Amino acid sequence: MTELAGIDAVLASARPRAVGALLRYFRDLDRAEEAFQEASLRALRNWPQNGPPRDAVAWLVMVGRNAALDAVRRDSRNRPLPPDEAISDLDDAEAGIAERIDNSHYRDDVLRLLFICCHPDLPATQQIALALRIVSGLTVKEIARAFLVSESAMEQRITRAKRLVAAADVPFEAPGAVERSERLAAVTAMVYLLFNEGYSASGGTAHIRAALCDEAIRLARILLRLFPAEPEIMGLAALCLLQHARTPARLDATGEIVLLEDQDRSLWNRETIAEGHALVEKALRHRRPGPYQLQAAIAGVHAHAARPEDTGWDEIDRLYALLERVQPSPVVTLNRAVAVAKLRGPEAGLAMIEPLAGALGGYFHFFGVKGAFLMQAGRADEARAAFDRAIALAHTPQEAAHIRLYLDRLLKDSQPA
Amino acid sequence: MLYAILCYHDEAVIEGWTKEEDDAVLAHRVAVQERIAAQGRLGPVARLMPTTAATTLRAGPEPLVLDGPFAETKEQLLGFYVIECASLEQAIETARELKGDETGGAFEIRPLRLFRPGDAAA
Repeated sequence: MTELAGIDAVLASARPRAVGALLRYFRDLDRAEEAFQEASLRALRNWPQNGPPRDAVAWLVMVGRNAALDAVRRDSRNRPLPPDEAISDLDDAEAGIAERIDNSHYRDDVLRLLFICCHPDLPATQQIALALRIVSGLTVKEIARAFLVSESAMEQRITRAKRLVAAADVPFEAPGAVERSERLAAVTAMVYLLFNEGYSASGGTAHIRAALCDEAIRLARILLRLFPAEPEIMGLAALCLLQHARTPARLDATGEIVLLEDQDRSLWNRETIAEGHALVEKALRHRRPGPYQLQAAIAGVHAHAARPEDTGWDEIDRLYALLERVQPSPVVTLNRAVAVAKLRGPEAGLAMIEPLAGALGGYFHFFGVKGAFLMQAGRADEARAAFDRAIALAHTPQEAAHIRLYLDRLLKDSQPA
Repeated sequence: MLYAILCYHDEAVIEGWTKEEDDAVLAHRVAVQERIAAQGRLGPVARLMPTTAATTLRAGPEPLVLDGPFAETKEQLLGFYVIECASLEQAIETARELKGDETGGAFEIRPLRLFRPGDAAA
């Protein structure tokens, strides 16, 4: 690896902690980002000559803060000086900050930085775009490419989003326990959204989308290092890892989605699966199962099966039953019905989804699953009607293609070999 | 004399490496290992999972199981075991047995990502 690539990797890993700490000092997102930018430039000039500092984050925070304070002082020749408390905890600047900034400090800084991206008025995709820009440090161009919009459109969106979060007034004091866990919940949800943005093949090249998944996993690991005893964060990291492990098998040569049952399991990443399993095990020891842990455990059961027919459907049924209790939702019941149909036949699956018709009457996947059950039960005409309904309700060509895939498969299965 | 060479790095940095960067580092290491193995000098090689997968058993009147890696700087690494375990639970149990009623210290339990037994003669 070249020296510059090495420094880049250090800067990227330091960024969430350093920008988070700088935000706490300056209480202004733009200023914090500029300070980090300036510190990074100085690192690129300074580190090749003097070697990287032992604590890169502390170095970047100190250099960034001094550079930004210089800029504030320069500005102040033309403008009246802002009150001290508006720019930072100035007295902090004098002490040996390397000692004082420990992990628990960073913990709330990084959490705050992620949390301000989760403003409830921001649509999900903008929360993700903002986090990619601020926390991950992706360029606007890279983010625009991932979301298939022009660079200028993305620039505008991010600028608007930043203005909104700047007005939101997130407090800078260390949060209390309840507030901290609320922030964590919002942030884990956002990280999972980011993962799904990369995982759902709705646009962009496979390469760009895999990069979003990698970034989500990186953020999940950062959170887990800061909050090592939170089972739901273990669950989040495990869920992302276990799903991401299947990526090499998810698309065929033409870029079409391959159903789980049809995937070449030898392509699944065994190391990633092993790490996911280890995290699920760790999480479940806490006996506080939450939605991420349970979904990860379900993904783990799938990953464990060498062949589709080896899948532990009874275990999956049991886990979905738990998930129904922890996070009741018709979609969870719909997914559980798939396991039930595998165990007790398509009629049992149909009976389970019957009561969902009202709640999921506009959901393409409901009719997809229903069609599959009907087909397996030998009720071909009803099945076709359900599949037609599913295709009509599909929001994207990919969703429609997904249903057609089921159709093709079931047609194939229904023909004598 | 057998020597252990312990690898340290900032894992947050490693995680930021691209696959190509990671592969390049690994390729170099593998080449060196092969040379050493050909001389019959290579013992076990392990790559550990990230510290996020670690659990720590801390000695005490009631041994404490903590999430995360061993993080104290007052104590030093003195040795390690590689043990096949059916579950994390069994790994923790094994660590407890090893600890016995010895006071102080800790065992970090970390799953392996890669393991090659090697064949250097003891």
